[in-house]
Amino acid sequence: MPAPGPPLGMLAELTHRCPLQCPYCSNPVDLLKSDAELDTDSWLEVFTQAADLGILQVHLSGGEPALRQDLEALVACLAERGVYTNLITAAVTLSEQRIADLAAAGLDHVQISFQGTNPETTELISHYKGAHEKKLRAARWVRDAGLPLTVNAPIHRCNFDQVEQFVDLALELDADRLEIANVQYYGWAYLNRTALLPGPEEVARQAVFVEDARERLTGILNIDFVTPDYYAEYPKPCMGGWGNDAMAIMPDGTVLPCHAAQTITSLNFDRATDRPLAEIWNNSDAFERFRGTEWMQEPCRSCPRKDLDFGGCRCQALALTGDAAATDPACIKSPNHDALRRMATRASETGSGELIYRRIGSQGEPVA
Amino acid sequence: MRERAIIEPHSQPALPRYVRLQFDELRQCWALLAPERVMWPDEISVDILKRCDGRATTDAIVSDLANDYAAPEDEIRQDVTTFLQEWADKRLVVCMDKAEI
Repeated sequence: MPAPGPPLGMLAELTHRCPLQCPYCSNPVDLLKSDAELDTDSWLEVFTQAADLGILQVHLSGGEPALRQDLEALVACLAERGVYTNLITAAVTLSEQRIADLAAAGLDHVQISFQGTNPETTELISHYKGAHEKKLRAARWVRDAGLPLTVNAPIHRCNFDQVEQFVDLALELDADRLEIANVQYYGWAYLNRTALLPGPEEVARQAVFVEDARERLTGILNIDFVTPDYYAEYPKPCMGGWGNDAMAIMPDGTVLPCHAAQTITSLNFDRATDRPLAEIWNNSDAFERFRGTEWMQEPCRSCPRKDLDFGGCRCQALALTGDAAATDPACIKSPNHDALRRMATRASETGSGELIYRRIGSQGEPVA
Repeated sequence: MRERAIIEPHSQPALPRYVRLQFDELRQCWALLAPERVMWPDEISVDILKRCDGRATTDAIVSDLANDYAAPEDEIRQDVTTFLQEWADKRLVVCMDKAEI
């Protein structure tokens, strides 16, 4: 196999600690405790190696990355190397001073999640009292500091009637971007699918509204729209291809081809503290296994779309078919697609309101 | 509320603070970094973007490029304006005359 090109992006999950308990969190169901986290010097070393390797953008995420007291030092290290830094935050713990300090350290962009457009919904989903007001306040401080803002709106059955208000909220907060991101049903969200998954008609209605809003707000607000892939015809090009241009790092330094890859337990993962990042990217088992298209089976192998969507999500293929090298069942060409659709429709019609909140030590079957 | 920037001859286009044009030593080409995206603008795009400093007007950029490329201004005016409008509509270029960044 030819050597891969240099990676462009890195998702750095600095910690799994988070004051919010959103029931669709993209972190693993088995969360890492704070004593497993890399120390400041180790993160600085990882980021230095990342810049050397060609990474141009780092998304500082979590958990809640602002719980790391060394966040300013990490941002400064990346900024020094010309790496674009994006802070992905719940924002409830950010003070005006902290935002100013991060801006001074060279932070390029801030993304704040909003669980709803009113205090009741935000509190119901985040399980955090006063979350909405704190987020609004932090978003205004971000703009006052001259930093650009993306409003991230995870959409599901408890808030799908607020898509229109999310557009108003983004405009009111002077955001540059709005992500209307339907929850993807892996990990925590999969556990909560009967409470969260909207029906296909609802997703179609959102798509029509977003298309119109995009036209109306050209040059004013960029709107990204992500649908749940259960209702798509073709799978998402997960990570832009396995080991193609991005990687994720867990709080303990484990380097992954995608943030959920640890659900594929047949893969061997390396830690950035044990092995140089370049070697992990270029030669490790976990990155080599599904890189390119050689590993594919039918119907992917002979599919003209194989270089567009790379067979979809490996974690979802494993979770739903038992084989990580199978075609993602989100694809209409997958023999498991109809079963997936039936499962999704059933889940969306069940309408159980019981939410399992994200907690360290929470019990639940680990599913991709 | 912010308004859509319309590129006029007297507009002073600029890259907003969250958009960075930098030369990538490793890959030996220009990279444009923006929220959630990395772009690889071609040589002509880079020549236009480098001139978007918030001071030069569209007209000045056109005549500067016409000079460098030894091409008639009228020929490139439409192309440059269309390019800048497309980029403004993606919020990758803003106009200083709108006092907005």
